[in-house]
Amino acid sequence: MPKILMKGAEAIGEAAIRAGCLSYFGYPITPQSEVGEYMSRRLPEVGGVFVQAESEVAASQMIYGAAGAGVRVMTTTSSPGYSLMAEAMSYIAASELPAVVVNIVRGGPGLGGILPSQGDYFQAVKGGGHGDYRCLVLAPATVQEFVECVMKAFPLAEKYLNPVLLIGDGMLAQMMEPVDFDAVKTAPQLDVEGWATTGCKDRPRNVVECLWLDPQLCEDFNFELIEKYKRMTAEDCYFEEYLLDDEPEMVVVAYGTTSRIVRTAIEELRKDGYKLGMLRPITLFPFPFERLRALSDAPYMKAVSVVEMSQGQMLEDVRWAIRDQYPVGFFCRMGGIVPSPEEVIDFLKKEFVTRGLKGAKS
Amino acid sequence: MPSVNVDKNICKGCEHCNVACPQKVLEMSKDINEKGYFYSVPAHPHRCIGCTMCALSCPDMAIKIKVHGTQYKYFSY
Amino acid sequence: MKTIFDRPESMTKIESHYCPGCTHGVAHRMVAEIVDEMGIRGKTVGIAPVGCSVLIYKYMDTDMQSAAHGRAPAVATGVKRVRPDLCVYTYQGDGDLASIGMGEIVHAANRGEKITVVFINNAVYGMTGGQMAPTSMPGQKTTTSPKGRDIELCGSPIRMAELLSTLKTPSYVVRASLHSPAHIVSSKKALRQAFKYQLAGTCFSFVELLSICPTNWGFTPVQSNKWLKDTMLPYYPLGVFKTPEDK
Repeated sequence: MPKILMKGAEAIGEAAIRAGCLSYFGYPITPQSEVGEYMSRRLPEVGGVFVQAESEVAASQMIYGAAGAGVRVMTTTSSPGYSLMAEAMSYIAASELPAVVVNIVRGGPGLGGILPSQGDYFQAVKGGGHGDYRCLVLAPATVQEFVECVMKAFPLAEKYLNPVLLIGDGMLAQMMEPVDFDAVKTAPQLDVEGWATTGCKDRPRNVVECLWLDPQLCEDFNFELIEKYKRMTAEDCYFEEYLLDDEPEMVVVAYGTTSRIVRTAIEELRKDGYKLGMLRPITLFPFPFERLRALSDAPYMKAVSVVEMSQGQMLEDVRWAIRDQYPVGFFCRMGGIVPSPEEVIDFLKKEFVTRGLKGAKS
Repeated sequence: MPSVNVDKNICKGCEHCNVACPQKVLEMSKDINEKGYFYSVPAHPHRCIGCTMCALSCPDMAIKIKVHGTQYKYFSY
Repeated sequence: MKTIFDRPESMTKIESHYCPGCTHGVAHRMVAEIVDEMGIRGKTVGIAPVGCSVLIYKYMDTDMQSAAHGRAPAVATGVKRVRPDLCVYTYQGDGDLASIGMGEIVHAANRGEKITVVFINNAVYGMTGGQMAPTSMPGQKTTTSPKGRDIELCGSPIRMAELLSTLKTPSYVVRASLHSPAHIVSSKKALRQAFKYQLAGTCFSFVELLSICPTNWGFTPVQSNKWLKDTMLPYYPLGVFKTPEDK
């Protein structure tokens, strides 16, 4: 299919529909209200269901109900809204239901701002709601990759019977970029009769619930979740490596919008003879710990840097990955300010100096 | 003659059925069931008219009503 | 001998955990009887709340989902919207529906979701040990209104049936009670009408059932029926407050 120029928010909606998700329950919140607007136009055209809920709390419980009824379902929101969905996410994970949620992260905390941020990393990656659970978290960097992640999100949610969270920001949601919906194919929905509440006409009844009054049963379930997340880590941990195959001195770790700016900075520095590359996590959970550890263990690798639009949340996972072998350079802009390539270039140049690397001379 | 049967081990001794029965068929037993409740017993079964008011008042479905032949419908339920 | 009254087929054989005399059991049974009568066990989905009836999914032998506290109407919306051929009902207590879930019930009713809501009003939070609920009576002693509900501080009990009947969207709103056989019979009629409206795809249906909580009221079950009659009934008048035909 030819590429078409499309706004990120609308591309997210269209990708979901192309992935067979014909039900959307949402609530308006800048900077992603256009997803709901788009779905309110498009879903009726394809015989789908669109409901604007009275709150994000209600919207998230509606997707719990619809997911429990065995259909592909999605909601999209932004940081404060996602906080209201935390309880439902825990229920969806505990009831082992497949659901796709998109959080277009905006400046925080509190009412915060509406411009891009990555300040929801902990909330996304470390569960976000109560109890020991994780979402599989995808962090696309372009509108095209967002479409592909949405397409992959539904089969992933069904594979693990677990919520899948996509993380973006206002830049990705509001920007128009060329999109090709046929670049990636989704997978058909798996059979749901074994667990979904579709009416127990010709089968034993199904109950979607997540209450364990017996602590041993609750513990058993938690052990199952540990195995599930191990499997996720083994089978569905995605990342991109950029210019890391010629034994660079430094690896920069960045994801989403920030990774695009780091990519530009690296290209400029490479022209000046600096040898560095980027590791870009696409799944924030499972995080590419092993790969980053291997890179930092490599004899040629001398430094790791992180650029993030937060106070340094992914930074903690990076430091944990390299076991603080050596200090990690960190640069951040917050509150909705997106770092400029020049800022990142200056920061990285200084890093080369403070870490005593060859830098431009290599 | 209709028969009212109280499953003594499901009964929680709440006495709703005693109050509901227009014929005062049911009374509370002096001994307790396996859960430790005084359970309800049909003390005067011959008075039972099969109206089912005891059964529809029972929160635990401990009461089963049977009749010979047709049942006289006092109300639609 | 012909059995004319027995446990409905749509109920499991599990004995309920409810306190002696608690009329949750009666409401459960009537819902199951209606599901049997209408032959819809194979296409019914019940939504359990958080509260005393959180374990309703152990007692109803149909597909069930359990919702977070107060969110059953939203969960039911999700189920019904994506599978409109199912018969979807929520079963909720007064803490669940009238307190934390007030937003959800008002908007589900206002959107006219074609679901049935069975609302058990027993004037306390039962499961958590007898705290004051939005429906607790003025002066009613509870574990969080030890000197009796002071309406100057906590407001007056909320009449859900009246409240929902003010919404313009067509719906069926009725209040009945479970404190005597005659009232139980009329409650069954109300429930049946509610499920009929759903199956006909007519409108949102809401059945408020006054119920007792002997344990937390501190009365015997029989005394509790009397307290309901003397104290709750005058404040919560019974009857149909709205039908889809009303303009």
